[in-house]
Order: sequence, then C-alpha cells, then structure tokens
Amino acid sequence: MSRSSHHERGDIGARFPKVDGAGKADGSGVYTDDLAFPRMLHAKLLRSPHAHARILNIDVSAAERLPGVIATLVGAEMPAKYGVIPWTHDEQALATDHVRFIGDEVACVAALDERTAEEALRLIRVDYEPLPALLSAEEALAHPEIKVNEKAKVGNITKEVKLEFGPVDEAIATAAAITRERYQYAGSTHAPIEPHCAVARVDGDGNLTVWSSTQIPHYVHRELARVLGLPPARVRVIQPLLGGAFGGKSDPFSLEFCVAKLALKTGRPVKILFTREEVFYAHRGRHPMAMDVTVALDAGGRISAVDNKILIDGGAYASFGLVTAYYAGQLLTGPYRFGTYRFDSKRMYTNKPPCGPKRGHGSVQPRFAFEVALDEAAEKLGIDPIEVRRRNFIGEDVETVNGQRITSNGFLKCLELVEQASGWKERHGKLGPGRGLGVAGSMYISGTAYPVYPNEMPQSGVLVKLDRSGRVAVFSGASDIGQGVNTLLCQIAAEELGCDPREVTVVAADTDLTPVDMGAYSSRVTFMNGLAAREACEKLARKLKAAASVRVGDEIELELGTVRGPRGSISFAEACQLAEAAEGAPLSATGGYRTQKLGGNYRGGTIGASPAYSFTAHVAEVEVDEETGIWKVTRIWAAHDCGKALNPTLVEGQIEGSVYMGAAEAQMEEMVYGKQGLLFGPSLLDYKIPTSLDTPLIDALIVESHDPNGPYGAKEAGEGPLHPAIPAIANAIHDACGIRLRELPFYPQRVLQLLQARVPGQERRTAC
Amino acid sequence: MSDSVLIRLFVNGEEHALAAPPQRTLLEALRYDLQLTGSKQGCDKGDCGACTVLVRERSATGRGEPILACITLAQDAQDLAIITIEGLATPAGLDPIQQAFADCGALQCGFCQPGMMLSARALLDRCERPSLPQIQDALSGNLCRCTGYTKIYEAIQVAAGLREPSSRAPVSSEKALPSDQVAYAVKELLP
Ligand code: FES
Ligand code: FES
Repeated sequence: MSRSSHHERGDIGARFPKVDGAGKADGSGVYTDDLAFPRMLHAKLLRSPHAHARILNIDVSAAERLPGVIATLVGAEMPAKYGVIPWTHDEQALATDHVRFIGDEVACVAALDERTAEEALRLIRVDYEPLPALLSAEEALAHPEIKVNEKAKVGNITKEVKLEFGPVDEAIATAAAITRERYQYAGSTHAPIEPHCAVARVDGDGNLTVWSSTQIPHYVHRELARVLGLPPARVRVIQPLLGGAFGGKSDPFSLEFCVAKLALKTGRPVKILFTREEVFYAHRGRHPMAMDVTVALDAGGRISAVDNKILIDGGAYASFGLVTAYYAGQLLTGPYRFGTYRFDSKRMYTNKPPCGPKRGHGSVQPRFAFEVALDEAAEKLGIDPIEVRRRNFIGEDVETVNGQRITSNGFLKCLELVEQASGWKERHGKLGPGRGLGVAGSMYISGTAYPVYPNEMPQSGVLVKLDRSGRVAVFSGASDIGQGVNTLLCQIAAEELGCDPREVTVVAADTDLTPVDMGAYSSRVTFMNGLAAREACEKLARKLKAAASVRVGDEIELELGTVRGPRGSISFAEACQLAEAAEGAPLSATGGYRTQKLGGNYRGGTIGASPAYSFTAHVAEVEVDEETGIWKVTRIWAAHDCGKALNPTLVEGQIEGSVYMGAAEAQMEEMVYGKQGLLFGPSLLDYKIPTSLDTPLIDALIVESHDPNGPYGAKEAGEGPLHPAIPAIANAIHDACGIRLRELPFYPQRVLQLLQARVPGQERRTAC
Repeated sequence: MSDSVLIRLFVNGEEHALAAPPQRTLLEALRYDLQLTGSKQGCDKGDCGACTVLVRERSATGRGEPILACITLAQDAQDLAIITIEGLATPAGLDPIQQAFADCGALQCGFCQPGMMLSARALLDRCERPSLPQIQDALSGNLCRCTGYTKIYEAIQVAAGLREPSSRAPVSSEKALPSDQVAYAVKELLP
C-alpha cells in the first residue's frame, strides 16, 4: 500500500493529521477562557501573604459594598476538605482557619468585571497570626512539633515507604564496584502556556455545569459534588480544548469550587482565569528530592544491589503525594535487572506551593540519580556505558525484583538505535576537550493498574453510535490534552469499522454525555481508552458485517467508507442502514477497560504495577566551555519503545516534547523561594523555560515491541521519554570534561565550581 | 469602574468601534470585545508570545510585523492594520503555514500556535527560504511547552517548500530472551 493511501485511510499506524488540527490552526478552537455567557461574572481569589499562619478573622463587608461587586465567598461556606486521592483529603477551596503557603487561597469576589473584582480583594480584611514556616523537607523533619498539615499522622510526613527486596547489605559487602553518593533534584513546574480557567453556570432546574481546563473531569465531578453537597447527577463537568497540562491540571483546584459556588449563590455564570502568577501557586510540579543512592556491581558488571534513601519535599498539600512516595522507589526496577533492591522514601509537608504529578511523576528524580551512579560504577570497572546497560537488560516476560510484570521490552533495540545514530562507538570519549556524549535508559508505566479510588467498574469507557447517514459518533470520557487521543479514536474507528476517519465525531470529556474515563494521567489514555474503543468498534463491525453479508456475501472487507464482499460492494452508510434494519433499533455498542489484578504480593505492591511498561534510551551530546562553565546540549537522540505507534507523528511529538522538558530541567528550571517562603519570580520571564534557541536538536526514534496486551500492541509514549534526558546530559558532561553533576539544574556556576575542583588528570574520562 | 473611551480598530480588513476603559489592552479588546478569541493569553506580560498579532501602518502593504497584543494598549493600535489568526486563512482555505502546522503534527495543545504561526508567517514573508538558525531566531519570542519546537521547524520548512513532512518508519524490536530470575522474600520495613 502506498504511503499516501495509508495516511488517507487514517487506520492504525498512519500519520493521520490531528482531527482538531484545523480548528487549532485557524483560531476557531474553543478553550475554556474563550467561553462567555450572557450576564457572566468574573471572580478573583485573595491569597495568603504568609507562608504559615492561623486565620483569626476574615471581613469581606467593605468588598461587598464596592459598586460592581455581586458576591463574595469565604471558606466557611464550603469547608469540606478534598483532594485527588481519597485517603488524603487535606485541602479546602478557601482556607477557613489555617494557611500553609504564600499564595494559599483565602477568599473570593465575583464582580461585573475582573478589574472590579481585583479592586475588591484589596478591601477584604484578614487577621492572621503568623506561625513558624517550614521551608524544606529537612526542616519539616526536624520540627514535628510544627504542623504544616493536620493530615500528617506523624510529624510532617505525608507518607513513608520502606521496602527491601533480597539481602541488599550482603550484596553490597561483596560488590566489585560501588558508588555511594547524594543527589539533589530541584523542584520545577509544568508551565503550560494556557493558564487554568473555569466557568460555571446553573440552569433553572438547579443543574450545575462547570467547564474547566482540567485533565481529570471525572475526579473534578466527584469532588465538586462532595464539597458542594450536591447530588452528583446534578453536576456536569466539561473539558473544552486544553492548552497544555503535563500533570499540572490533574488535581481539583480551588477555582473550580469557587466558580461553582458563586454561580449557585448568584444565579449567574461565573468565570475565573488564573493569572500567570497564580499558575505558579497552583503548581503541583516536580518534587524536590534528596537521594542517597548506592549502586553495587559484581565483577561482571551486573547490578547486584541498589539502595536509595529518598527525602521528598511535598509542599503544603498531598495532591498525589501518597503515590509519589511509592513511585520514587517502585518505578526504578527496569529496564535493568536488580539483584537486590531497597528503598526508603519519605514525603514531607512543607510551607510551599504543593508539588504533584509532573510528567514522569515521582520517577524522573531517582532515575537521574541511578543512571548517573550506574555510569560511575561502570567506569570503575572499565565498562562502556552502553555495554553496562546492555549487560543488565532485564528481558521480556519477566518479573522485576519488586514483583512488577514486564511483558514486551524493546530496550535493547532502543540502545542499539541511539548507539548507531549518535556514532557512539567512534565518538564517545573521543570528541576532544569540552565535548562529550552520554547515555541513559528508563522505563515507565502505561497507566497504573488500579484507579485512584477503589471500585469494580471499568477504568475507561467508550460508546460508539452509528447513524444511518454513515456518520460515526464516538463518546469517550478521555481527555485530549494535546497528546491527540481524539485523533486516535478516529483511527481506531476507521481501522475496525472501515469508515472514513473524517466522518467520525468525537464527543469527549463531558461527564453528562460520555462514559467515565479516569483522566489523562499516569500515561494511561492510549492504552486503556484505546482498548475500550477497540472493543466497542469490534462489536459494531460484527453487526455491520452480518447485515452487509446478505447483500455482498461473506468474507467482507471494511475499508475507507466501502463494504466489499464477493458479490459486490456497498457504501458504509448503506451497511449502517442494513444493520439498523436488522437490529430494529439504533446501532450502538460500548467497550470498557477492566482493571486487571497486577502487582507484587506485599503492601504497596500494586502501586507502580502497570499492564505494560515503555522503555527509552537517550544519547545526549554536549559542549562545555571549560573557562566559564557555560554548556549547551546540542543534540539528543531518543529511542522509545511505545509498543506500536498508532500514529507515528503523534508519538514523535510526545517523544520530542518529553526530551525538551527533560533537557529543560537539566538546563535551567527551578522553583526558587526566599527566606520567608516567597516564590521568586512567578513569571515566564523569571522562571526560565527554553525558547527555540535553548532547545537541542531532537531525533525521535520509534521502536515497536508489539505488546501482547496493549491496543494493537501499543504502550505509552507521553512520559517515559522524558526520564533519560537529564542523566544522559549529566553523563555527557562527564564525558566532555570529567566532572560528575549530582545537583540540578546544572547551572554554569555549578559546572564551573566542579571544573575548578578537578584534580590534574581528571580532565577527560578514560575512554573504555 | 473606570470611564470608557471610544476605540477604533482595523482588524482582518474590518473596521470596529468599541467603548472600553483606556487601559484596555489590544489583547483584551480582540478577545473580549471583538470575540476574536484565536489570539491567546498565556501570561499577559509580554513573556510568552501567545498573543502575537501582525501589524502594519494602514497605508503600508503586506501583512506586517509581529507584536505582542497583551502589552499594547488598544488605544495605541488605532492607526494600525491588524491581522490575527482568524485573518490568516482566506475563503480559499488555510494559509500554507496553517496547513503545514496541521499536517506535520506541529500542533499539540495548540495554545501557543496562533502566535507561533503568525511569527512564522512574518518570517516567510520577509525571507522565503529561511535557514534553521533563522527559523529558530524568528520563533525565539514564542514559547511552546508541548512540541520541543521540532515539528514546528519542520512545518515551516514544509510551508517554505524546503522539505517533505517526516516519514521515518518505526523500527521493530526482536523478541528478547528473559534473563534468569531470582525470587526474594520482600521485607516490609515499616509496621
Ligand atoms: S500573553 Fe504572553 S506575551 Fe502576551
Ligand atoms: S502546542 Fe502546546 S504550547 Fe505549543
């Protein structure tokens, strides 16, 4: 089949253009802030100026008297606590008596326009009693008597996990090479270009609709109903087009509750659009982690022990933090086989904006530490960095040391591709002063085995309806956050039903109209929603074939709008009509992703369990100016095993975006706070993110391992490829100038300090 | 609430008159008064480029140069001819830049794209066959958080007729043998 016809058909594996691409290209696509309703009010949030304080009194009376102000809102009007994880409901939409970071929400005003609302905020009087603030994980550990969040059972610990798999200390005692170092990972944030926005409207029957820039409409639906005390059947959540998320929109946020409550109070539509500064306070970004890592190799270069003690700075609320504490340990056990493994991970509450799930949730930080440590240990044994990774490859159809089941595994192929593409053999260790190559690998989940709240229902559902016009309508709860799941749904329909993918309507992420999907997090969407869609389409294809066979004979082929059989062919629409007549009712079918029992047989063994794991290898190339410490990553080759690329263009996009974001964390991104807990420079000027001039050239290479359980063999692609970028860059800098970076970001002054501390002879790593 | 002034704007070939407070930015006027919501607000401070529009003197020809609508007062834009993303396509179809962005997968969330495409359009208007460094330079004021810029470069090169969209085929991995497995007892170190 020629390339173009394959692409036209838009079936599985085609580089089919995004179905919402034209709407995004011509400016007609509707994002949340593009919505406006008659009589709509604009609301603004008042935030705490203290990192830690008790609220003694809130007086909104002066604000209420300002002309143009329609309503005010304080925490006492909806005090119920919420949180994305049912075991850690620890935040309030507006604080009632305790604020926990500079930027914590305290009160809200709805007015005729934004400026008036803002003016009214200045008239609200809040009496605070300041409390001592704990601004680092170490401080939070040292001061259990100061309670950042009452949800912590012991001191300020959100969650501690300690697990040991096999005799770690014995393995360390007999190792041939050991590295034992401390690594520091800085906190960073998602910075989606679209700020958070929510709009609420109540109709005459008391039904509430909330449009929100969320990647988890289902959880927002649940929490809204609970906090507002409304029957869930009276609440509807709709996710319009979403302008980037990366995990930063996967918690319920204060603004969603506030617009809903104000709409109920005033009977008018209400909108809140966060300013860029407020997006930084909403945060939920990468957790700062301090990691004491030991990696032991035996004489053959095999990983005999890994030990990791992890201290996590969580910020003021738990968010997904319960999971973070587990992921930091549980997701490290591939693509290499660990002889033994132990981790002790502790997430602390601190008086800073809450951390949460940023792309590669919980596992990017330990991956950095481990991959650098592995390089260093291998160097002691004189083993090439790619060779040591190959030698420790865990294989396919195996169980990891912590009891996770790995099915397909294309990691060796990934290594091979980046080795070839980068010219590793000829160039590693030989590029001359100030230039180097580094490698790293990683593994990531394709969805977590279990939903956030325990239940027996499917984790993802799809309903497909066929019209007698031949139009296919796919109703799916999944959130397209730019990754392109709506396009994949059209491709799956085209593949199974033989319809024209351009004649598919996707109705998505609307809790009134679409079946439940848990949301766009943990890289679960393509895998779980894809399987659900395929199941629904398969059922309909059977009906179509059975009905059409009467006309065109058996052995039917469905292809791009035509139903072909031995006795001729009919159009897709005709087949739909025949099938509808045979059915005696409109044609539809549903499909679901049902939770599989997975994971290790111990407490916490199910966290980190996934129906399939993706694998990645990167080689990074850097240039370091040894006089100034200024360095540049010029190119990254990234090979990613996504099982099967349902749409290679979209997969490449995910790889490229991930590599960019990883390289950004290595280069420049850090949430920096002052002594009082004030976030420095909450703007896109001061919080640096890479422009086109700072981003390396990226070569995205797709590896297909055809997973037995994924839809058409597919696994995730959105988060895994971020991980190796950071350690690959660190390892490349070592190749270039012999220093080992163990603290992020790799600011030039850090590089320079290490360069100046070099001992003679350490200028270049020894080529192996 | 502040007193309003009368503001005339010439956008996408149409003349508009609106009453707004004097501090109304061009971006607010476009988005909220004229319902031209294709121009996006990412920061409202001149840092991200999402609000980029093209402007020229009314008497001049061509499409003009990119400016940031969020840090331009609507009042100060009255003598300009403004092109927003809604004005880039013609009844005949999308502009080649828009088509290439859609075809090449340069659009992920799409939020940066109106500004990105207008900057790209201005680049191709002044330089038909830009080099990669020229492209990188022209886009350096438009932040994108999704794409790593890679497919955006590709789309611009495709629109300029410098290359075909990427078509690299995925590589299949061979079945890999499982390594030997040892099962250990798990120790839960916490009560
Ligand atoms: S909105 Fe960011 S530069 Fe104008
Ligand atoms: S496509 Fe999402 S910010 Fe550029």
